[in-house]
Amino acid sequence: MNTGIGARIPRKEDSRHLRGTAQFVGDIKMQGCWEAAFVRSPLAHARIRSIRIPDGAEGRVFTVDDMVDLLPIRAESSLPSYKTSDHPALARGKVRFAGECIAVCIAPTRAEAEDLAETVIVELDPLPVHVGVESALAPEAARLHDDWPDNLFLSTEFDSDLSDARAQATVVIEREYTTARQCMVPMEGKGTLAFWDGKADQLVVYTSTQVPHLIRTGIAQCLQLDQGDVRVIAPDVGGGFGYKCVLQCEELVVSWLARSTGRPIRWTEDRREHLTAGANTREHKYKLTAYADDTGRLLGLDADIWVDVGAYSVWPFTACLEAAQAGGNLPGPYDIGAYACRTHSVATNKPGFTPYRGVARPGVCFAMELTIDAIARAVGRDPLEVREINLVHGSAMPYTNITGKYYDTGDYPEAARQAARMIDVAGFSKRKQAAEKEGRYLGIGFSSFTEQSAHGTKVFASWGLALVPGYEQAMVKLAPTGSVEVKSGNHSFGQGLETTIAQVASEWLSVDIEQIKVTMGDTGMTPYSTGAYASRGMVMAGGAVSKAAEELSLRIRAIGAHLLQCDREETELKDGAVFCGAASVSLKQIAQAWYLRPDMLAENVNTMGLEVTEGYKPDIDTGVFTYATHAAVVEVDIATGKVEIQDYVIFEDCGRRVNPLILDGQSYGGAAQGIGTALFEEVIYDSAGQPLTSTLADYILPGPAELPSFRLGHSETLSPHTRHGIKGVGEGAAIAPSGAIVNAINDALCPLGAELTSIPATPRRILEAIFMAQDASTREAAE
Amino acid sequence: MKPVPFAHSRPAKLTEISSALDADNAKLIAGGQSLGPMLNLRLARPSTLIGLSHLTELRSVRLDGATLFIGAGVTHAQIEDGDSDVDLPPMLRHVARNIAYRAVRNKGTLGGSLAHADPAADWVTAMTVLDAVLVIANGREKKRREPMSGFMEGAYRTKLQPGEIIVGVEISAAMGEAHWGYEKICRKVGEFADAIGAIVIHPGLQYARVVAGATEGPPILLNDIARAIARTAKRPALEEIDAALAAHLPGADRVKRQLLKTALSRAIAKVIP
Ligand SMILES: Cc1cc2nc3c(=O)[nH]c(=O)nc-3n(C[C@H](O)[C@H](O)[C@H](O)COP(=O)(O)OP(=O)(O)OC[C@H]3O[C@@H](n4cnc5c(N)ncnc54)[C@H](O)[C@@H]3O)c2cc1C
Repeated sequence: MNTGIGARIPRKEDSRHLRGTAQFVGDIKMQGCWEAAFVRSPLAHARIRSIRIPDGAEGRVFTVDDMVDLLPIRAESSLPSYKTSDHPALARGKVRFAGECIAVCIAPTRAEAEDLAETVIVELDPLPVHVGVESALAPEAARLHDDWPDNLFLSTEFDSDLSDARAQATVVIEREYTTARQCMVPMEGKGTLAFWDGKADQLVVYTSTQVPHLIRTGIAQCLQLDQGDVRVIAPDVGGGFGYKCVLQCEELVVSWLARSTGRPIRWTEDRREHLTAGANTREHKYKLTAYADDTGRLLGLDADIWVDVGAYSVWPFTACLEAAQAGGNLPGPYDIGAYACRTHSVATNKPGFTPYRGVARPGVCFAMELTIDAIARAVGRDPLEVREINLVHGSAMPYTNITGKYYDTGDYPEAARQAARMIDVAGFSKRKQAAEKEGRYLGIGFSSFTEQSAHGTKVFASWGLALVPGYEQAMVKLAPTGSVEVKSGNHSFGQGLETTIAQVASEWLSVDIEQIKVTMGDTGMTPYSTGAYASRGMVMAGGAVSKAAEELSLRIRAIGAHLLQCDREETELKDGAVFCGAASVSLKQIAQAWYLRPDMLAENVNTMGLEVTEGYKPDIDTGVFTYATHAAVVEVDIATGKVEIQDYVIFEDCGRRVNPLILDGQSYGGAAQGIGTALFEEVIYDSAGQPLTSTLADYILPGPAELPSFRLGHSETLSPHTRHGIKGVGEGAAIAPSGAIVNAINDALCPLGAELTSIPATPRRILEAIFMAQDASTREAAE
Repeated sequence: MKPVPFAHSRPAKLTEISSALDADNAKLIAGGQSLGPMLNLRLARPSTLIGLSHLTELRSVRLDGATLFIGAGVTHAQIEDGDSDVDLPPMLRHVARNIAYRAVRNKGTLGGSLAHADPAADWVTAMTVLDAVLVIANGREKKRREPMSGFMEGAYRTKLQPGEIIVGVEISAAMGEAHWGYEKICRKVGEFADAIGAIVIHPGLQYARVVAGATEGPPILLNDIARAIARTAKRPALEEIDAALAAHLPGADRVKRQLLKTALSRAIAKVIP
């Protein structure tokens, strides 16, 4: 069976997950291991007056005063006027969000550690709380960080001059949009187990992370150790989505405890900790003014974007990556001539903002797609036609947009047309008319986006980050038995990378992926990679494996040629063997010759061995752009405000599909999360900054019954800049659902004059929008 | 999220359970599907948990003449499946099927749900519209009976006294032939209700009840609406339902009233199409 690039095959890792034999941090059994529980702040903003540890608890309860040699997390940025925040792993002097770690307790079991945590008494003097960006930005607002002049991490400004657009516009659309704060809710929460390995004289940290090599750097820095003294291992990880791509306080505390107590220590995040202290993403506000002509052609866009980034800047991505992405990506797939945008990264009393699947783009796509539909309604044209005239056309590729993004390949209007064809716009119109007669409200909505993926060195450097990705490395080895080993410092935690990078090796070496052992996530065993984020895994790790496997194939052929007594150029590697004409020698024979019987080979045949490490990055740093259009048909029950998704299609192009089955899975999963954003998920705070949605009974996630049967369509426009023409796709499907679904809701509600501009589109929000429209028309009738 | 330390016992007889309940800070546990989360959040901090769903009496479903008895320890799943020697009213099976998810229904019990008295739960409303009577024991005296309407005093508050155990509920067996409508509005499958409308009509018995559930407190009997339906066999106008709700729930906001009104009108439409 061909298991190379393009093969639609199940994942290598499925077997252990389905049989329950995978190994997550929580599965690790270690003699003498104690469990940790944190004392967390009950208040959102307060000064710590005292922390009282009960008598007899010495050596089992620790505060920041015990950890004098542990440096705080400090995410530097080179962006001018950016303010750094020190985030001590355990609070020092102040707490800045409800759920912040104040002390840590250890005991043989988690229950006992929690018993101990209850006996620690923390006295707090409450301070004014900023639950939203407005109050944080108010003049004289209490400051989160005492040495700052205000509560702004950073403001940025982009202005290409809108005066022409303003002068020419015949249609001006003004809107305010908001997106809710969310939790990422991976099935496995965070988790860390650390111990001191006496033989290696090294701190070993098992941690549920997407970025093991980065965490190794971070832990070494904060614990003031040499990198060689730290080994980070990401074992099986049950979902990341961005939640696990930053250095966590708990990772530092557990590492410090293991080092100073000499005992293995584990901490496992529970769901309540996740839904409170982990409520760290997605919350944006937009004020947009779009300038268009009578045809709906977008002439210019003016935007203010506020990101509610919480109390601390995360390492290494900082509090400002989100706003940088938002400002840069708002124009999205559209050809816009003039653009001005001001971003505001505002410190509030919430957990520090962390990039989540799609990073900023689910918000900007929602804002932009609703605006496109608003323009269409204003000029009286079909929203699809308005998309068609504004999307960047295939003939314009490669295209550099107004913010300098370089769109490498693609035909964006074609994706919109294909999505429209799949969802059967004409058939829908008939159904809508029939439904109207029965008093039912159907709507259709579209949402188009581009997904910058695998952007590299220069892009991250331009965001001012202190840690920037460069060349991704991978190792590929032919083992003595003829099987293959692949090692990558990237990680696989649901995206199927363990399978797809094996497919890339399989492509070059013609070895079945079942005979390819993939090792990832262990910094003691794998070459350096900055890890899995920004839809980079397939392009970067896949590219590095490709390069290493290609080089290995040359070495294999050299040995094969020697054994077949021909020139390497005359040979071909296929079907698990090196061929010279009809004669062949198997990979196993070649491996055995090199490892076990080098006496069969001449002295100078392949002196470098059968183990190759290569570094790779695409030939441009600007990233490769995947794109898609999503379309949704919904029915809104106007008596309950409930939305039923009756049909949902995705037409996408991510270049070469390495494994179409995995790509489908990524699309389903991403779209499911996007539907959570669109309709369900919302962290709610009271006025004192207490998170009220601290269990899954209150923080509503979509379940199988709430999800439609997604229908997918694809085209494959290869990128000329990456190995095999691959583009990243991991985040994409999470970006568009809010735009498509809320556009569909607004289409359905149009006859009532109601329009939604906030997500999630809960029954309450929908009913309130309907009531508002009804009240307005009653008032009009009365006047 | 681990509970405080507690002891656990499973006495073999109802009387023993009652005396065990006398101990300081002892608490009954049935399916644990409401108590479990409260324990893990340390909102419930019992010193002893006393199991009771193993008692045969609490597991029985039987006909005593014209009265159907369903034991407090019968699970939602058993009711859903009709897993009993005696036929259950179809409405009960419908209600059970829409509680939570199967895993929760496999453990959760009728008695536990009624004792817990979550306003958004299903059985408190369903048992009110069926005019069920609770059978309550304290192990020493004779069992007492308490009608479901009135049993719940507020959110998570009931007329159960310390040491008392719900043994089961009694329902008129004739309810099996009643006309009924039960509409639960919730965010997603398996979620607690945001609004419930329930109606049961039995012309032969001249029985008519209409109940609004998932309010902030006990389910509300809308007797005027029920009487009007019984008299006219016509659906009430939406405004009438709204006015009745406004009278009973002056504090409810417009969205809540809208949901309750919709649940009620849809439940009624099942009986009077
Ligand atoms: C995810 C989830 C979703 C849910 N969704 C719904 C829903 O949609 N609708 C719904 O109605 N419910 C729902 N529930 C609650 C579920 O129905 C519970 O099973 C039920 O509320 C409690 O029953 P139990 O047997 O588990 O009681 P337990 O949790 O064991 O006990 C609950 C309380 O009742 C007391 N108690 C138990 N038995 C007796 C007795 N015989 N006499 C006196 N006191 C007693 C206990 O001391 C405790 O205080 C849901 C629960 C979960 C976890």
